[in-house]
Amino acid sequence: MSPDIIALIVKATGQTLYMVAVAGLVGSLFGIPLGVFLATSGRGELFPAPSVNKVLGAIVNATRSTPFIILVVAIIPFTRLVAGTSIGTSAAIVPLTIATIPFVARLVETAIREVDPGLTEAARAMGASPIQIVFKVLLAEARPGIASALTLTVVSLIGYSAMVGAVGGGGLGDLGIRYGYQRFMPDVMAVVVVVLIVLVQLVQSAGDRLARQFDKRTRPR
Amino acid sequence: MNMAIVKNRANGPVAVAANDEPATQATKPMVAFEQVSKRFAAGRSSNEVVALDNVDLVVPRGSVTGIIGRSGAGKSTLIRLVNGLERPTAGRVLVDGVDVAGLGEKDLRSVRRAIGMVFQHFNLLSSRTAFDNIALPLEIAGVDRQAIEKRVTPLLELVGLSDKRDRYPSELSGGQKQRVGIARALATEPKLLLSDEATSALDPETTRSILDLLRKINKELGLTVLLITHEMEVVKTIADHVAVIDGGRIVESGPTFDVFTGHTHATTRALLGGLAGMRLPEFLTKRMSSEPHDGSRTILRVIFKGENATEPMLARLGSDLGIEVNILAGAVDEIAGRPFGMLVVSLRADAAKIAEARQFLAEHGLASEVVGYVA
Repeated sequence: MSPDIIALIVKATGQTLYMVAVAGLVGSLFGIPLGVFLATSGRGELFPAPSVNKVLGAIVNATRSTPFIILVVAIIPFTRLVAGTSIGTSAAIVPLTIATIPFVARLVETAIREVDPGLTEAARAMGASPIQIVFKVLLAEARPGIASALTLTVVSLIGYSAMVGAVGGGGLGDLGIRYGYQRFMPDVMAVVVVVLIVLVQLVQSAGDRLARQFDKRTRPR
Repeated sequence: MNMAIVKNRANGPVAVAANDEPATQATKPMVAFEQVSKRFAAGRSSNEVVALDNVDLVVPRGSVTGIIGRSGAGKSTLIRLVNGLERPTAGRVLVDGVDVAGLGEKDLRSVRRAIGMVFQHFNLLSSRTAFDNIALPLEIAGVDRQAIEKRVTPLLELVGLSDKRDRYPSELSGGQKQRVGIARALATEPKLLLSDEATSALDPETTRSILDLLRKINKELGLTVLLITHEMEVVKTIADHVAVIDGGRIVESGPTFDVFTGHTHATTRALLGGLAGMRLPEFLTKRMSSEPHDGSRTILRVIFKGENATEPMLARLGSDLGIEVNILAGAVDEIAGRPFGMLVVSLRADAAKIAEARQFLAEHGLASEVVGYVA
């Protein structure tokens, strides 16, 4: 394999990591609070706002059911507004982030709903405010679930990032398509696939370790 | 029900209670329910539920008061009204003179900090150690780390868990978890402790040790304890006042000993079923009839309370009145620290003689009750 190709692979890996990192971070920044809100705003819950809950839930579902490649094209005007351009790696981060927010939100919602309602009741009995309950009880107790949710998010993002070649986003997926497939270079394709597999493995095992560390519910004796 | 018991209730234990009464009434009760009702609105798939129906109840300051009832009787709702986890549909719930039913969420939060609560399933945070679980209510109240340390350490000692300080709940036994739960409930130095079936998930031995701990807290810290339970044993062991709840109504209440030894209400009787001597042996119920007939013997249940439980009254029925007494069943138990005995006896005598015998027993403070006749 020529040094040029190796340089391309290194560059593409960098682009993938960059897109995944920024989209994952910003997506979580919005997705986690949204997930908390979805889990706590139903009728009779901590922040009762059933109608807002329904509307947000519908938007989340709509975004999640739109195929990612269609989302990328559909929001091009918005992408231009945010990134100043609609092509390139930085521009690709916008649709990636938009897809990440509802993804994270639903997973975090599930993690929070799994917290024993008895704990919320106990905290209320102690005189905790709803905000204190969110931070001291719900988020604290859901930490293992949230760690798993974010792991899953990053793994999915690595997959999604392969599609943003369509808008010149670059990255490993794009390299695989353009060199490995369109230029008949199976060795490039193989390397791309291996690098992706290694990335996903690393993320998954780091995430699992974190989740295990947070989880004090059962311990091997 | 017969006259002897009613009479006994009027003379004996009630007189004792009357002596207590001025002291407890002079000080404001810790909790007072005034005509409290709670209805849960009908849902899509459920009818309206009346959980509590016009409840009047007083929890004396410094007492251990037990509310006993079957599941679904309304006990959980009742105890949750005290710290505002539920709000009544009608009536007032006074905690230390303040009507919590009328408070907004914010005021309610400060009231809740003065009320500790212990739960059946402990409700400890799995992500926090024993120490940090006990510290939680203090963190919520905004106490600084140093003061928390100073408060939690003696609490761990009080509940006997100093060596489990850094253990997570998953590493503790049920009894230890409940001890953490109790320490947590005491963290903010409350004046009232609510116990929601605190021992129902524990084995009998652990139950006993948790009850001892609650008793100790009540005695040493002067804390009022309000507990709900479906277990007779719990109320019998530590409650000095009891209320029996059924179908959302308080059917009986008063000093534990009086309520359980008077046991006038059907629900109380059903709950007492397990108490020694309450249930008639089967060999008797099979042969028993409700009307006397020629040559039948009268079956009498004699109830010994407190001091009288040790007097040889039955022997004197024979020696003083010449009535032949045959003991069929019986047991002696202890309620709220006082002895309580029950004997089922058969007497071979005519109606006049039986009346004389019961009169004699009543004069010596023993209640009796004709339960039937056998050939």
